[in-house]
Amino acid sequence: MGWSGRALPWVAAAAGLSLCSGLIWGYFFTPDDIRQGSTVKIIYLHVPAALMAINGYLLMFVGALVWLIRRQHVSVLAAKAAAPVGMVMTLIALATGAIWGQPMWGTYWVWDPRLTSFLILFLFYLGYIALWAAIENEDTAADLTSVLALVGAVFAMLSRYAVLFWNQGLHQGTTVTMADGAQQDNISNVFFQPLLLSMAGFGLLFLTLLLIGTRTEVRSRRLKVLQARERME
Amino acid sequence: MMPDLGKYALEVNSSYVLSLLALGVIVGLYAKRSRAVKRDLAAMEAVHDA
Repeated sequence: MGWSGRALPWVAAAAGLSLCSGLIWGYFFTPDDIRQGSTVKIIYLHVPAALMAINGYLLMFVGALVWLIRRQHVSVLAAKAAAPVGMVMTLIALATGAIWGQPMWGTYWVWDPRLTSFLILFLFYLGYIALWAAIENEDTAADLTSVLALVGAVFAMLSRYAVLFWNQGLHQGTTVTMADGAQQDNISNVFFQPLLLSMAGFGLLFLTLLLIGTRTEVRSRRLKVLQARERME
Repeated sequence: MMPDLGKYALEVNSSYVLSLLALGVIVGLYAKRSRAVKRDLAAMEAVHDA
């Protein structure tokens, strides 16, 4: 845990700095959009949260896969640590999306492909956390939650590409598209720059919590081993 | 200093408040559990080392 302990303060500081700068810039110093008015300021929360909700689950997918193939405990403990953070990111994306949707679409919720797949992703996060809590044996829990993470990854990908699969629903297409390393014309620079900073902030915050959570899970497992040893003595 | 959010002030402000609250709660929970586990492990290791 040496390198993660050394990296943690730096990652946390970078997360705090970029998140605060991105949100303050977005909230206080960006203009209103011609069509959406001041609601465009919700983008600095909604898009980064949605991005981390999907990426968080994909990270769990990788952790689960490594556990199932290589039986490396740290990978599955990292997946376990990522789940509550990913769930909160999904919740923020859903809540801000609903609040944004009401003035723009005239409704908080529609059974649009992207919205529905995000709701299912949220339920997968909940199920994953509940399954860890429900099973006492750590290795059995790791096996079963890993299988659930693999299945749920389908919905994470579906959430990402739903607007491309189905040309229906109210949700707009991808807000930020990177093509050949260049930003396309689907968002103006005046909104894009603080958005980029905010996305970096959410990403670094996720990484900070992932490091804290994984270190805690590793320590917790060591604690359980020592407790079990003490009971046997 | 406060930006003029017009008729959407409630929507924008509630989004920020809810999101920051959710992030604050998860950061607080992770920090609290981390401290508790670290403390318990240190105590247990001290017993074992003694």
